[in-house]
Amino acid sequence: MKSIIEAIHLSKSFPGVQAVDDVSFSLQRGEILALVGENGAGKSTLIQCLGGVQNPEGGRIYLEGHAVEFSSSYDALQLGISMVFQELSLVDGLTISENIFANRQPVGRFNNIHWQELRQQTRELLDRFNLNLDPSMQLKRLSMGQKQILEVLKAISTKPKVLMLDEPTSSLTESETAELFINIRKLQQEGMSFIYITHKLNEVFQLVDRVMVMRDGKHVGTRAVDEVTEQDLVAMMVGREIKDMYGATSAPSTKEECLRVEGFSRKGVFENIGFRLHRGEILGFSGLVGAGRTEMARAIFGIDPKDAGKIWLEGHPVEIDHPQDAIMMGIAYLTEDRKVQGLFLDMAIRDNLIAPALKSFTNRFDLLNRNKIAESARERVNTFGIGTPSITQQVLNLSGGNQQKCMIAMWMGIQPKIVIFDEPTRGVDVGARSEIYHKLREFAAGGTGVILISSDLPELIGMCDLIIIMHQGSITGEVSRADFSEELIMEYAAGIRNHQDMGVPA
Amino acid sequence: MSDQEMEAIKIESKSGGNGVLYAIRRITAFRESVLLIVIVVFAIIMTVASPVFMTPLNMEAMLLALSVEATIAVGMVLLLISGGLDLSVGSILAFTGVVTGLALTGGIEAFPAIILGLMAALMVGLINGLLIAKLKINPFITTLGTMITVRGLLLILASGRAVLNLPKSFTVIGQGRLFGMQYPIFALLFLVVIIDLLLRNARFFRQSYYIGGNENAARLTGINVDLVKIFNYCLVAVLAGVAGLMLTARFGSASLTVGSGIELRVITACIIGGASLSGGDGSVLGAFLGALFMGMLANALNLLGVDVYYQSFITGLILILAVVFDVLNERRKASGS
Repeated sequence: MKSIIEAIHLSKSFPGVQAVDDVSFSLQRGEILALVGENGAGKSTLIQCLGGVQNPEGGRIYLEGHAVEFSSSYDALQLGISMVFQELSLVDGLTISENIFANRQPVGRFNNIHWQELRQQTRELLDRFNLNLDPSMQLKRLSMGQKQILEVLKAISTKPKVLMLDEPTSSLTESETAELFINIRKLQQEGMSFIYITHKLNEVFQLVDRVMVMRDGKHVGTRAVDEVTEQDLVAMMVGREIKDMYGATSAPSTKEECLRVEGFSRKGVFENIGFRLHRGEILGFSGLVGAGRTEMARAIFGIDPKDAGKIWLEGHPVEIDHPQDAIMMGIAYLTEDRKVQGLFLDMAIRDNLIAPALKSFTNRFDLLNRNKIAESARERVNTFGIGTPSITQQVLNLSGGNQQKCMIAMWMGIQPKIVIFDEPTRGVDVGARSEIYHKLREFAAGGTGVILISSDLPELIGMCDLIIIMHQGSITGEVSRADFSEELIMEYAAGIRNHQDMGVPA
Repeated sequence: MSDQEMEAIKIESKSGGNGVLYAIRRITAFRESVLLIVIVVFAIIMTVASPVFMTPLNMEAMLLALSVEATIAVGMVLLLISGGLDLSVGSILAFTGVVTGLALTGGIEAFPAIILGLMAALMVGLINGLLIAKLKINPFITTLGTMITVRGLLLILASGRAVLNLPKSFTVIGQGRLFGMQYPIFALLFLVVIIDLLLRNARFFRQSYYIGGNENAARLTGINVDLVKIFNYCLVAVLAGVAGLMLTARFGSASLTVGSGIELRVITACIIGGASLSGGDGSVLGAFLGALFMGMLANALNLLGVDVYYQSFITGLILILAVVFDVLNERRKASGS
């Protein structure tokens, strides 16, 4: 094979950080190269240098043996290097075809858009991906996953030699991901080369030929996938071995019920959900995207309405109509979407940490006590190991892992009896992830009831005492620690197996 | 957000920055202090340029003139911080004057007439708040609607004629004096101090920053977002009402056209004072200083005999400069950290 892209001694720095530090590597024609590393390892900056978005300060890039320099991503595109960003570049108000052929619409004699041809070309692309969508459909009617696939389609439509994908599956369902992989392989056989950034190590083993690991801007090593294990990759990424990722389980000795939910229903979203949570227990919720887990948690917490259902707290029936009610009763809900719904990104760490417990910092005239606030914030920054020089730093400037720790610290301010964690490690580095798991264990050991909603099966299996599995809004199964297996849980999650089919006869 | 800037300065001073430079950066870190310096320098120049400027008479006239905008700005800045906006304040101002005026000429005593006027203002604020918080209608559209509706309503109520000959028992609130200055100036200063302190220290008021910062997250952290929003719309409406009463009392009559266009001047003052249209930023003191600056500019141009048309031109320039200053400051911070 001949190398299509070769980079030699590439460097790029931003004020205060050497994002790409003397990186050399090559990509062969028709190869899929995975690029892995923790957040801030420099993966995105590296492909931005290759794609002309960033200007490298040192080093050279060779495309098919010729030295090239790009002054913009347009230059790179012209030479056949295309990239798909994490942030969607699509416009909600336009149609699918106008999005895919943005600024490249086929035009007629008077520079008028040739609508029929545009639709035709779009149709062909969609067919390739087995997408049964109308090219004239407005983008806002599509799901997040469909949009992400369109983003890939848009890049492919320029027929690039090299396509760089930055975490393309972050909001795709399992089947969408499978579809994407099939198409990537198809294109690979046609000679297209890929650089594939991902956080999901299992994807590395499913899809790629070689994997390149970066840490602190440096190229740590590149290996053929059949020569490495997941543990090897993690060790390369983190720079040390992580032992005891999940910590030891300490299942509660007594069964003291702290939360009971019965008959929870919301039309078309979830139906007849019931479960019990005990003090010191970690209860997992598994299921595919759209199984209704988050929606159920939001209803329990009083954010979204429910049609039916009862809640008991420590044996007493309670009504929760607003998040305020839930917080008063000592329930914390840590949303899956920390940037959009969980944190006040533009505000100081201090102001975030006190948000759910503002009342506990006031005197009888409702005035806030600044010293008490600063003291509490500092203490929690230390306890939760939030990496920041100061409590007045904007949360925006923290890494994903530190933001997640910040959100956990924020909710510990209400001293909850029950904590609902919704995807607590999404977008979090391996190192910080382990710290978060150990915190969860600590809460449970201290008598808090923990609900863990996660799409990461190894995480659920590593952490939980009991896993409840949902499928299309209903509970299909319940597996206790002794019986944990990925296959069993997946069968329940896919709806192939259902405990209600056996058990009680109708 | 002066916190981060304070922090940047602290870090800088630790690394042994130049003493004078440090002091300058420390002062310019606050929008309020920058504005104050600009205002003081401006006042000194004007004192030299015009013998009339620093006279008590002119000062009083200037403060009286800007007291209307400034009083409303105190409430408007709260709305901007929580991510809202109220275009109907000018109509509310006139509406309050007309309702009180009609009550007075209808034989009602001054005090209950004032209460009636303020109730009318509160009603409009409540309607704004309910539509925006509960039905989630866009604040711009909602208050544009009430702005037009209320202006129409007051024209209907007053049958298109200004309400004249208001009794002395009422006009005293706008014309009476304390220590040689008219009451509205004291009312304004009182409101600025109280609401500034509340916004800095009171939990209920500080919730507005959270709502403007991230409304979703505010809801999830248990902040009663709807209540705070409704309160803010009511507060700005009542403040517009207070401004309307002062103005009506000073003139001794309730005009039907008064206050049109004031909403944009008030928002301008808030933004010059450091507030942001995207929410989460701003202070009452800043909004007041913004209004003070605009009032002083108008007064100065008047004294210097500059054509009134220049006033709008210059105010607009200042607004754009203030925003450009913010954007550049943000960039410097972003690249400096």
